[in-house]
Amino acid sequence: MNTPGIVLHDLTAGYGRHPAIHHLHATIPCGALLAVAGPNGAGKSTLLKVLAGELKPMTGRVGMPPEYRQRLAYLTQQPTWSLDFPVDVHDAVAMGCWPWLGPWRALDEAAHRRVTEAITAVKLQGFEHRPLQSLSGGQLQRVRFAQIIVQDARLILLDEPFNALDESTEEEFLALIRRWHNEGRTVIAVLHDLERVRRHFPLTLLLARELVAFGPTEAVLSAEHLERARHHAEAFDEHAAPCPLPADEEKDEVVHQ
Amino acid sequence: MTLPQLLTPFADYDFMRRALAGALMLTLGATPVGVFLMLRRMSLMADAMSHAVLPGVAAAYFFSGLSLGAMTLGGLAAGVLVAIATGWAARHSVLFEDTAMGTFQILSLTAGILLMTAHGRPVDVLQLLFGSILAIDHDTLTLIALVASATLVLLALGWRILVLECFDAPFLRRHSPRLSALAHYGFLVLVVLNLVAAFHAIGTLLAISVLILPAATARLWVNSLGKALVLAAGCGALGSYLGLVASFRWDLPAGPAIALALALPYLVSLLLAPHGFLRQRHPRKRHLEN
Repeated sequence: MNTPGIVLHDLTAGYGRHPAIHHLHATIPCGALLAVAGPNGAGKSTLLKVLAGELKPMTGRVGMPPEYRQRLAYLTQQPTWSLDFPVDVHDAVAMGCWPWLGPWRALDEAAHRRVTEAITAVKLQGFEHRPLQSLSGGQLQRVRFAQIIVQDARLILLDEPFNALDESTEEEFLALIRRWHNEGRTVIAVLHDLERVRRHFPLTLLLARELVAFGPTEAVLSAEHLERARHHAEAFDEHAAPCPLPADEEKDEVVHQ
Repeated sequence: MTLPQLLTPFADYDFMRRALAGALMLTLGATPVGVFLMLRRMSLMADAMSHAVLPGVAAAYFFSGLSLGAMTLGGLAAGVLVAIATGWAARHSVLFEDTAMGTFQILSLTAGILLMTAHGRPVDVLQLLFGSILAIDHDTLTLIALVASATLVLLALGWRILVLECFDAPFLRRHSPRLSALAHYGFLVLVVLNLVAAFHAIGTLLAISVLILPAATARLWVNSLGKALVLAAGCGALGSYLGLVASFRWDLPAGPAIALALALPYLVSLLLAPHGFLRQRHPRKRHLEN
């Protein structure tokens, strides 16, 4: 079956009664390596939350192949881990096995091997039995990346993944992201550093609470688009008229292809 | 205290043996629940829930007197109702769980006190508040045994779900929303079950002590979930035993004596344990070691 990828149709999402993104239309192809860029408050993290299924759209729809929903890994901006819970590095990474081991299947040889390989890939060998509380911010981010590796996801969402990382670690993780892309996984990353986006991400979605531009990175990150994005972000009007609701006939569109 | 003094109360008196059996079984189920409560930062919430049991127990007492079945069902119903209402309020409003629980605690306590004072005799009210472990009967022992067994079986079955729910609840919610809700509400039901069992032994006011004090003591000594569970059970069992001996020797009310015997090791640990006050301020190893 031909899968067009992730379809955002007239997507509006936000918190309470305040939309953070308005009427977004885009089709992200399967296997894309996409950067989501835009000024602070542009709705980038909100978009990832919607894609991860953590936030329901106010209007509009997100369509994606069912296997993307089932095999989705999401690196949030801040860790959602309870760091005072007594868990070591190995066990935290092994929790990434949940999607296929579920609540009762034992951690078999293959799962152990996968966990060990992931820990090696993020260069945390020797730290397997260190409690998470004892790790630095950068080491913790490595553990989070290792858990993403173990999940073997088809759709990988990364919200500002290079926070608290030094330059060489950033390069390691960029290599990892390129590997995921080469393996045919779809990777969507929220990034602030536009130079990094230009160097490593072929596709970009520029957001400023509404879509400014979407397509090949060089074309999207033009001076004109960036100026428009900045202008949109600064032109917030508390008393703006409400957005028109989608026409009734559009409401029954199929979500999954 | 000599060895015979530690042993004779239980060798000589049937009511002491029954009290000990009840306290040990209670410990077995309640301490692992307490460890998870503490790690989920829900200790205060559990304290509030112990009060939530009160109106159900008081309503049962109002209609049926000191009947084991009626008070158990009443306490269970009230506790579960408040747990569900709290979980619902926390998930579907801007209120955090502690605020939602605090508000329902006030309502429960008010309702419980009004019901008890309306028809309660002072002796009965004292029994509801502080328990009567020395007068524990066969039916109550069976109830405590059933609660402890159910708790251990359910914890074993839901171990991974519960650990993941404690460690990274959004991850579990994303991948298995139904199991996440089951873990959340199922755990609250386990807390209520153990609080009701503890209420029969040491009353509503002190029921929480069996859950929280051994768990907090263990956490101050160890940094692993497995070790914390074993140590908490050990502390709970030892505290229950010594509390009953103290109650017998010095004619103290048994519930408060057990709570005190659980609290003393906690206070010592708070001062001396590896994760306690002194060792945190004065680490044994030099900072360049390791």
